[in-house]
Amino acid sequence: MTSTPVRAAPAVARPKRPLRGWRRLPLWLLMGLVCFVSVVPFYLMFVWASQPSAEVFAFPPHLWFGSAFDDNLRGLLQVTDGKALRHFWNSLYLALVATATTLFFCSLAGYAFAMYNFRGQRALFAFILATMLIPPLVMDIPSFLVMNNVLGWVGEPRALWVPGMANAFGIFLMRQYIASALPRELIEAARIDGATEFGIYRRVVLPLIRPILATLGVVTFVGAWNNFKGALIMKLSEPDTMTLPLSLRRLGGGATNANVDWGAIMMLVVITVIPLVIVFLFASRQVISGLTSGAVKD
Amino acid sequence: MSHRLPAPARARLSYARLQQRFAPYVFVSPFFLLFLVFGLFPLLFSLFLAFHLWSPLDGLGNWKFVGFENFALALDRQDQFWTTLKNTVWIGLLAGVPQHLVALPLAFLIHQSLRRYQSTLSTVLFLPYITNAVAIAIVFATLYSERLGLLNYVRGLVGLDPVRWLGDPGMVPYSVAAVVFWRYLGWNVVLYLSGLQAISEDVYEAATVDGAGKWQQFWYITLPLLRPMMFYAFTLTIVGNMQLFEEPFMLLNDGGGSGGAGLTTAMHIFNTAFRDLDMGYASAMSWLLFLAIFALSMVNNVLFSRGGER
Repeated sequence: MTSTPVRAAPAVARPKRPLRGWRRLPLWLLMGLVCFVSVVPFYLMFVWASQPSAEVFAFPPHLWFGSAFDDNLRGLLQVTDGKALRHFWNSLYLALVATATTLFFCSLAGYAFAMYNFRGQRALFAFILATMLIPPLVMDIPSFLVMNNVLGWVGEPRALWVPGMANAFGIFLMRQYIASALPRELIEAARIDGATEFGIYRRVVLPLIRPILATLGVVTFVGAWNNFKGALIMKLSEPDTMTLPLSLRRLGGGATNANVDWGAIMMLVVITVIPLVIVFLFASRQVISGLTSGAVKD
Repeated sequence: MSHRLPAPARARLSYARLQQRFAPYVFVSPFFLLFLVFGLFPLLFSLFLAFHLWSPLDGLGNWKFVGFENFALALDRQDQFWTTLKNTVWIGLLAGVPQHLVALPLAFLIHQSLRRYQSTLSTVLFLPYITNAVAIAIVFATLYSERLGLLNYVRGLVGLDPVRWLGDPGMVPYSVAAVVFWRYLGWNVVLYLSGLQAISEDVYEAATVDGAGKWQQFWYITLPLLRPMMFYAFTLTIVGNMQLFEEPFMLLNDGGGSGGAGLTTAMHIFNTAFRDLDMGYASAMSWLLFLAIFALSMVNNVLFSRGGER
């Protein structure tokens, strides 16, 4: 053993001791390239949103900001008949309601699965997990029919947020976190103090699971904000009910050569993307660690 | 024991016990209620429709039983369903295979040498994943523009001929796959990073003591211990790419571009159901797609479990 010191094999790199100095240059170049590719479409949408409409497709292409930001904003209001703000609000409303209801119902169910012992608990939880195997695509047609022919919710935002309020992924995420982060003694203590079961959830559990609420909250918000196919199927397509993805589709769908106001379209692209980026940047660490924790455990 | 308590306390105690017993059922019931209405019923309805000829305009009840005709029609080699399935698998491979071939080594490099910057790099790489598909498709459509797009401009700078990114049927799958690759690369890197974190340092220490080189460590330690995460990531990619809809729909319109080379099965089902209003046929195709996804997941499963036995 002693005859094979580390010196004999200089190529051996221990994970704790990374490469240093100039040897890291290729690594940095590679990472720089990858990050550049990740970010450049975002940069370009801002550049184009600030260029006069005629210049978005200028040749050679513009790579730096122009001064037509406010013109494009006005243009956007014009091509949407003043409804751009309305579409923004529709998306925000949908995303906020979806987030609030999902957090409530999923944390409630996750708490029940993590902290109670009740008959059929395992079977019910297994059933919930099993529903995750159904591809969303199979549900598209029948859920439209339920909304259209049974409930009459087509064209209304609740057709998008009600079905997902209590979803398997959220319940699973909540259960995993609550089971590992909350001590049962705490619940018992609250019970002895005379708290009701729902009171314990509201006053003891909810404040203690804020980190995972942030994770699920961001994921739900982003999902609802981005929901294009759902909005398309449930026909949120009236000028007053339209969400941003449909508004974008209406303005910029496959119309690369048409004579349209490209500055306005790029402005709408930016408006659609900015809230996502802001929400994500505030909680990226939490979201990433929360999302992957479910994959590693169990 | 309870007879010693005053009456109101006894009542409270039994009420407390009662609600303690039923609370969990109340707490988990929303999922099951919602699943009944928006999950189970639609699922059975869709299965029912798959054997019928029906348009939502006919009204409930006015369906015509056609047996396996819808399935037989889709499985006819002449049918568009096959073409779209081929398109979907091809685009899925073009996007999915490089995704993992790049994400895994990238995560390994970050984990080995740039651990201090890991969360910053993850955030940057994760941005495309949370972006709105419609918005980003518009940006890419602009980049792909044949005469005025940035990509052909850059090609021109180095003296290459312009490419018809979204106009040439042979090129379309690559153009769509590139966007999908761009969107989900970071997600896979993040998955692999968390898998790498779960591997104990001690294993590497021991291997280093035994004289294993970096490459050997990657091959004999990292890859085997990363198997569960690879299985998970592959499964997500298969399930996701087989249902690809938004990117091609936005880049190419609902027809899938010239020659329909970018028409995926999900788009075809969408068109059949909501444009042609042929709900039975669309339902049958969605079940066939489900079976295809299931089969591919099983293949993935078998490949992974077989390797594990060695």
